[in-house]
Parts: sequence; structure tokens; C-alpha cells
Amino acid sequence: MSKILTVEGRGIALAGNDIDTDRIIPARYLRSISFDGLGEAVFADDRTQQADHPFDAPHFQGARILVVNRNFGCGSSREHAPQALSRWGIQAIVGESFAEIFFGNCLAIGIPCLTADADTVEQLQRTIVQSPETILTIDLEALQVRLPQQSLPLALAAAPRQMFLSGHWDATGQLLANIEAIRATAARLPYMG
Amino acid sequence: MSRGTLFDKVWQLHTVGTLPSGQTQLFIGLHLIHEVTSPQAFAMLRERGLPVRYPQRTVATVDHIVPTAGQERPFADAMAEQMIRALETNCAEYGIRFYNIGSGSQGIVHVIAPEQGWTQPGMTIACGDSHTSTHGAFGAIAFGIGTSQVRDVLASQTLALGKLKVRRVEMNGSLPAGVFAKDAILHIIRKLGVKGGVGYAYEFAGSTFEAMNMEERMTVCNMAIEGGARCGYVNPDATTYAYLKDRPFAPKDSDWERATSWWESLRSDPDASYDDVVVFDARQVAPTVTWGITPGQGIAVDEAVPRAEELAEEERPLAEEAYRYMDLLPGTPIAGTKVDVCFIGSCTNGRLSDLREAAKLASGRHVAPGIKAFVVPGSEAVKRQAEAEGLHEIFLAAGFEWREPGCSMCLAMNPDRLVGRQLSASSSNRNFKGRQGSATGRTLLMSPAMVAAAAIRGAVTDVRTLLEPQR
Repeated sequence: MSKILTVEGRGIALAGNDIDTDRIIPARYLRSISFDGLGEAVFADDRTQQADHPFDAPHFQGARILVVNRNFGCGSSREHAPQALSRWGIQAIVGESFAEIFFGNCLAIGIPCLTADADTVEQLQRTIVQSPETILTIDLEALQVRLPQQSLPLALAAAPRQMFLSGHWDATGQLLANIEAIRATAARLPYMG
Repeated sequence: MSRGTLFDKVWQLHTVGTLPSGQTQLFIGLHLIHEVTSPQAFAMLRERGLPVRYPQRTVATVDHIVPTAGQERPFADAMAEQMIRALETNCAEYGIRFYNIGSGSQGIVHVIAPEQGWTQPGMTIACGDSHTSTHGAFGAIAFGIGTSQVRDVLASQTLALGKLKVRRVEMNGSLPAGVFAKDAILHIIRKLGVKGGVGYAYEFAGSTFEAMNMEERMTVCNMAIEGGARCGYVNPDATTYAYLKDRPFAPKDSDWERATSWWESLRSDPDASYDDVVVFDARQVAPTVTWGITPGQGIAVDEAVPRAEELAEEERPLAEEAYRYMDLLPGTPIAGTKVDVCFIGSCTNGRLSDLREAAKLASGRHVAPGIKAFVVPGSEAVKRQAEAEGLHEIFLAAGFEWREPGCSMCLAMNPDRLVGRQLSASSSNRNFKGRQGSATGRTLLMSPAMVAAAAIRGAVTDVRTLLEPQR
């Protein structure tokens, strides 16, 4: 697996708190045995109801860094949500806070979710809306987002940060490396007999 | 940091080791799978040529996509048919027990695992579904995971996780007449907020939860996730053991004695320390209804939709969004709001006791004209037992439809959907925008008895006004 040290690209601002995974990808798009085609359906219902939805705005096409507000990705555990964002082109997300399962799902597929305080997020969103051509650099080593004129602080817990930096964000191989310890744990659990 | 809680003990027992990332590698004692979040995981497994490590600890059912009106194969929906076939093939190939339609034990994954006795105290349980928190009712540590993690559990029977903090959510006293477990958890989420539980496991403790039966505890734990908590649990006790005794996969004979004494040892110590404690009084809980677009936007049935100025400043933007979407006026009493569809079912409230409470309300009454009301049992076993008790006849006589088991309109991956801007009274767990199958459809969450009352009156109704007078 590849290391993720930085993500560079244009931003896309999506305002609002408590945006749930049902909105990111409505349930009817889950009726498939693969994740193919989810990119086009991201925010499908919101986009039909909001004429100027950011994901339809011409100036945001090709953006890689999504900037959101509080409790993004709450609700259903569907990995289809980060898969849809990823297939649309999102490679990193900055927000005030993330729902835990969503955060874990993003980690598992290599999308860093970094947090920032409300003022920083608002400033980022304002910059992106006013100047969509601005190139942002998310630096996971320095924990900051760099803009042409300044740098702003970001936060990411030590464990997920280390996983991105070392390229170990895909857990399966690491988990399987401890197969003897897995067997030993199973053996001491009464219900495993 | 918490110490001496059931969560700490179960976590410790299942810890395989610490990963280079600093996360804990946690052994998963029971892995539940279904048709929506597993096919991509099996595909990833095949790509890497990996086996399923503990197929005997993996249990499958089909629930989200199954039609509830008729279940003949192939399904009319070709995509749904493809999904159930993928699960059938994967289970057959990897030797996984599968409760298929017609097996007598199919149903919503969070209903059938307890019914079959798979769910037991002290286990770690994972499933690619956020409402896996339900199984915490048994004193298990159970949480929802994404598809990549489903792959990890299939491949290794373990997960990489960070330890949670533990909040003791204590409620004491008796719930008033007409107030149910659903109201208790909607009340708690209203008070603590939809992200109040982020980073926490919720331990539901106190005399209110101790007095609840297992189905009521499942309702509470089911919605822990709606309060932001990754999992919720109740310490196991005599009620837990009585439910489990003689279930097909519960321990038998001498194993039973060994198991119960182990379960007893896992209960939170009397002097356990918690990261946080909150205390509620059951007598303050009223029949609760949501008016907005998150489960935290709830009010007592005799209250009015809150005005923006009555809310904390940070809640106002979401409230404004909810007013627009729900088309409910701030300051208007929620009781009397006309509804179009009434849905009783889901992993929150599709169990036998839920159907009994709803049937009590429906008995001798009739669904109001123009209302579509339907009841979807949570499993084939629930349906069988409800029919043995004659509940289906009560519902049918009252004008409800009586359906086959499945997730149904909770998330509308099957043909059960709202149409246009229809407003539903729903016993399910989420009132998110578009959740029930129409991009503009609207959902009011409430207890099954409240849904039955709404069906009968054709509008949101205080269930207490329909209760038999106390003698």
C-alpha cells in the first residue's frame, strides 16, 4: 500500500452540520454487488433539490479536497459513502468533526479526514468559494493545510496519521501478520470452544 | 479513563495485541453478514486469495433488499436478485451458515442473531451495519463496520480499533404508562445530541433499564448509534439469561452453568470508574416524536415544534433546514400533524413485544381513511409467533397490511417506499432526508404504539389518550 504524505489540489466547500451517509449516497444506490458507478450518484437527492449544489458547480469539478462542517458522515455505516466521494474524485476531507464509522471507512480506503476548528474551516470554505482555483496542500506530516499566502493548522489522531504516513492504512495484511496471537486470543475465550 | 466496566473487561479479553499504528487488534467473536455490505468484501478476499478465517463464527442472513409483499424467486428487482444470489454463492463457497428466506429463521440480522442464541454476553460482535449496537443489550460489545472492515474480519476475525471511552447513561424509575423503550432512547438522544456519544461506548444502567425485558433493551441499544456512540450495552443479568436459555445456539447442559458464571464475572464492578456519567429520571420521559431530520430533533408529543430562538445557537441552522424540509411550522403542536403512511417494523421495533403493543392499540379500532398502514415482522420467527397469537388478525381487521419479514421502509432498499412528500409515522431509527425511499419523503420517529395511534387517528396522537382507563 502507498504512503499518503500530502494531498494537493483544488477544494470543494460543502456547508452544513450532521450531513449523513444517506445523503452522501441514498440507499437505492446500494442495490449493487460492486462500488462501480457510485461517483456519479454522490449526493444524488440533494443535487436534484439544490440547483447550485457544489458537486454540480462547474468550477468545483476536478476538486480533490472536500471541506465540511460538524459531524460529517453520521448515520449508516455504508462504506458506499466514502467510496462514492472517492470515485467522484475526493482524496482528502477537512472538517470540524466526523462520525466515527465514516472516519474509519475513509481510513480503510485511504482518504485522510482531518479536523480543524470552526474558524479555520469557515476561512477555508470562504477561500474556496471566492477563489475556486486556489490550490490547497494537505500535509499529513506537518498537520497543516497550505494555501498560497498562509498555512492553517489541522489535527489527526496519532494512529491514523501513522497509518497514512507509513502506508499501512490497509489493515488486512497487518492483522494477518499476527495469526498466532489471534489463535491464542481465540483459545482463551470460553465461547470459542 | 474507564476501569472495571464490562466494556473494559471484554475489550481486554479480546485484545490480540497493539498494532504498529497504536491501535488495538481486537478479536471478533461473532461476525454477522448480510447482502448489502458483504459482496464487495468477498470480492476483495478473492482478489487476494484469502480464506474466511473462522467461518463457524460467521453467520449470514438476507434482510435489506428482500421484498415484503411476496418473496417468490427470482425477485422482480433484478438487482436485488443479484445481491441475494451473491450472498448464497459466497456462503456456500466459504462454508458460512446462511438463514435464507423460507429457512424459518430468516429476518433482520439484528433480530435473528439474538433469537437464535448467537448473541451472548461478553462477546465482541461486528456487522457491516451501524445498528449492530443492538446486540449490546446482552452485554456484548457490538459495533457496525464498513465493507473494508468486513473484509478484515472475514480474513482475520479481527479489527484494528481505538479504545472507546465509557459513559454510564443511567436512568432510574418506572416509565409512565404509554411510554416505551423507544421514547426513553429518543429522550436521551434529544438531551445528549446526535454527536454527544462520539468516542464513547454507552453503558445503559439504572433501575429503568434493569426493569426492561430483552426486546426493550435491544431497542435502546439499537439507537445508541443515533446518539453518536459506537456501541451501547446493558450489563447481563437474570433477564438476559432467561432470554438465552434453550435458544438453539446458547450454551447447553454443563456449559450453561460455566457460561453464566463467566457472564457474571464480566458485569461492571460496583466501584467501576467511568469517563462520564449522566443521570435521567424515567418519570420525566413522555411519548416522544421527532419533528426534524435527525433523531436528536425530538419533542414530547404534547409539545410544539421548537422555535429557532428556543434552541441553542449551534442547533439553529439545522433546525432551519428541518423546518424547510419537513414543512412543519415552528411553534405548532406536533400532535394533530396529519400523516400519510404508518410503518411498524425495523431492527429497532420489529420484535414481538413491539407488535403486541401496537396490536393492543389497533384492537377493535380502524385505520383512518386514506392512511397506508403496514406491519413488517422483524423475522420469520416473529411472524410465526405473532400469527400464533392472532396479532395478524387484529392488524388485518383494523386495516393494516401484514407483510413478510425484512428491513422494509426503514431504508427502502426494497419496493417499500414513500412517494413524493408523503409524511410517515415510523417505528424505525432514522428520519434523515430521503431515508424512506423518496428524495422528498418525510419521517417522524416514534414508538410502535404511537405509530398505531397515528394510523388510527390519521395524525400524530398522544398514545395515552387511547389507553384503557386505569382501574
